[in-house]
Amino acid sequence: MHPPVANHFPPAVRRHLSALRMLLVLTVITGVLYPLAVTGVAQAAFPHQANGSLVRQHGTTVGSSLLGQNFDLPKKNPGDPDEAARPDPRFFQPRPSAGAYDPLASGASNLGPGNPELVKAVQQRRHDVAAFDGVDPADVPADALTASGSGLDPDISPAYAYEQVARVAKARGLDAAKVHALVAAHVHGRDLGFLGEPRVNVLDLNRALDALAG
Amino acid sequence: MNDTLAGWLQITVLIAALALTYRPLGDYMARILSPGRHLAVERGLYRLGGVDPDADQQWGAYLRSVLAFSAVSLLFLYGMQRLQNHLLLSLGFPPVKADQAFNTAASFVTNTNWQSYSGEVTMGHLVQMAGLAVQNFVSAAVGIAVVATLIRGFTRRRTDRVGNFWVDLTRVTVRLLVPMAFVFAVVLVALGAVQNFHGVHEIGTLLGDKQSLTGGPVASQEVIKELGTNGGGFYNANSAHPFENPNGTSNLIEIYLLLAISFSLPRTFGRMVGDHRQGYAILAVMGLIWAVSVALITVNELHSVSSTAGHSAGGMLEGKEQRLGIWASALFAASTTLTSTGAVNSFHDSFSPGGGGMTLFDMMLGEIAPGGTGSGLYGILILAIVAVFVAGLMVGRTPEYLGKKLGSREMKFASLYILATPAVVLIGTGAAMSLRGERASMLNPGPHGFSEVLYAFTSAANNNGSAFAGLGVNTEWYNTALGLAMLFGRFLPIVFVLALAGSLARQQPVPVTAGTLPTHRPQFVGLLTGVIVIVVGLTYFPALALGPLAEGLH
Repeated sequence: MHPPVANHFPPAVRRHLSALRMLLVLTVITGVLYPLAVTGVAQAAFPHQANGSLVRQHGTTVGSSLLGQNFDLPKKNPGDPDEAARPDPRFFQPRPSAGAYDPLASGASNLGPGNPELVKAVQQRRHDVAAFDGVDPADVPADALTASGSGLDPDISPAYAYEQVARVAKARGLDAAKVHALVAAHVHGRDLGFLGEPRVNVLDLNRALDALAG
Repeated sequence: MNDTLAGWLQITVLIAALALTYRPLGDYMARILSPGRHLAVERGLYRLGGVDPDADQQWGAYLRSVLAFSAVSLLFLYGMQRLQNHLLLSLGFPPVKADQAFNTAASFVTNTNWQSYSGEVTMGHLVQMAGLAVQNFVSAAVGIAVVATLIRGFTRRRTDRVGNFWVDLTRVTVRLLVPMAFVFAVVLVALGAVQNFHGVHEIGTLLGDKQSLTGGPVASQEVIKELGTNGGGFYNANSAHPFENPNGTSNLIEIYLLLAISFSLPRTFGRMVGDHRQGYAILAVMGLIWAVSVALITVNELHSVSSTAGHSAGGMLEGKEQRLGIWASALFAASTTLTSTGAVNSFHDSFSPGGGGMTLFDMMLGEIAPGGTGSGLYGILILAIVAVFVAGLMVGRTPEYLGKKLGSREMKFASLYILATPAVVLIGTGAAMSLRGERASMLNPGPHGFSEVLYAFTSAANNNGSAFAGLGVNTEWYNTALGLAMLFGRFLPIVFVLALAGSLARQQPVPVTAGTLPTHRPQFVGLLTGVIVIVVGLTYFPALALGPLAEGLH
């Protein structure tokens, strides 16, 4: 074998220099050219998705249809970080989130299935949601009681959406049947009929609700 | 369509997709790993890299090349993280701490992708794409290169040469991983995954508040993270994050990608040894274990009677996404822990004791069903050698596999391979549990807390990278201990595989006789499955009894 790297180094050094050169060469291909090429195609062909599926309304961005957000009442004391959030009854509410829908704190609660803290949180949520929505605690669906994996889940189950209809309609002085129909129109079935789960995108639904209320 | 039917259809379509690509993908990889002309672009790369592509290496030289490449990668990645504030696209993030940078470098070089950091607030774009994602490609290629030498050990005769590492590495990267990743990255973007170079920026919300989010080259990294069975997410929430995994369709594609190469490699093996039935036998064992694992995790998550929290919520949705649901989460969980991927679309710490325990058991199996890219196949081939040896003992014959005698030298390497990873897992877990400060990192009380620690070392030593993420692992002790566990868990087995390959290649094959154990029949599939379960069961039963079993019985 002809010595490919300068001859005057010991073999071990030559080997590591070759390894470094190969790493740099492969870095250019897989770490620079590849992501740039994907970005180029993505920005040219699918700019909406590639930039985060942002939703615009009257010229301003009101969120991403892929990321959940809070629909809370304004804080009584905006300077107090410990003030508990109060859900706004005029809006459909998302699932509990381990990171309070902060995209810089994505993640789950990681509480184990037998952890008393989780059991207590679930019971507390069942009580709170039932009282807030004016329904029987037994009727609150599981997704309303559990924090999602990402902490940014943009969706709720159709059951949870329907469960909130009466409260939302009352808070906005709307006909409950109309709000119910609005939810029905926003139920997104499984992809291709069998992939994933049926869901309702909370941001889309709340925007449609604003439009309905005028 | 009802839940059960939809769930079954997801699994059926996944299996159909894997079955459809089994032959073409497996044959293509066999062609890449066989001698043949270099592409012009490859010749250019070899020249730039200063390596001789036509040298056939002895196993020792091959091993030294693997280790040199990995050592240089480790240092390069460590340096990038430590100096990231001076790099382009750093997003203003400070340098990563020394212990965490070591842990992360070890993690990505070993194909583990354990993450003690949170991507969106730690790593700049250049470190993500030109550091971490590069290792997603090349560490996957290293695994495939190593298994190629073992297969050559079976096919070659009377030689001390097992191939050329630089050629295997380059071809797998250039001909297989990059083209596939490119196509699927564009598909993922079309489905909603993000791909841009935005830094941390604010967007408004419907009620006039602000949300800060991090953009980045996410789709390009997401694809190779699955395809190369790596698993390190761009974001902390990994594939549960809607920007990485926007919907049910992207989810199934990601599961397909993390299984595709490893499930097709038995075809490559069968083709290279000149007997496809040998490949089908290995595939059958992989498929059987995978199917049982998918079934057990799904059933446990659907019927969560044993778990208090699941019972009180009316469903095991803690840590799961609404758009994905239980079926797609269980399918992902089984697939990610049976390969060395470790990406998650739901958080295993909150799974039922049975489901979470199964993800742990999956990794303890050594990730062979189908396992990591390359590492899965060499893992199961070692176990096949042990199975043949056991059968040989039963009938009192010198065991042979694919015409090669399994003498004391071969069995020593196989045994060392099998002992290496469990030793790292159990010593690491024992050390952590004996230290008060390290015990305090457990988030959950009782046996579940022990499971978190056991899961961490199992995941690290088996190069999986998934976590019972409640455990607080960003401490100097865990970063260092788990970093070492990953390095030992990756490179000790590779040493033994290459030594074994060299030893097999030297032999003149023995002719098949009436007394030769057939290794392509259902009988052998059963024998191999039994050996796998017994070896793993005996190794880990005491540890499992203290964790998930105690919790499930509680």
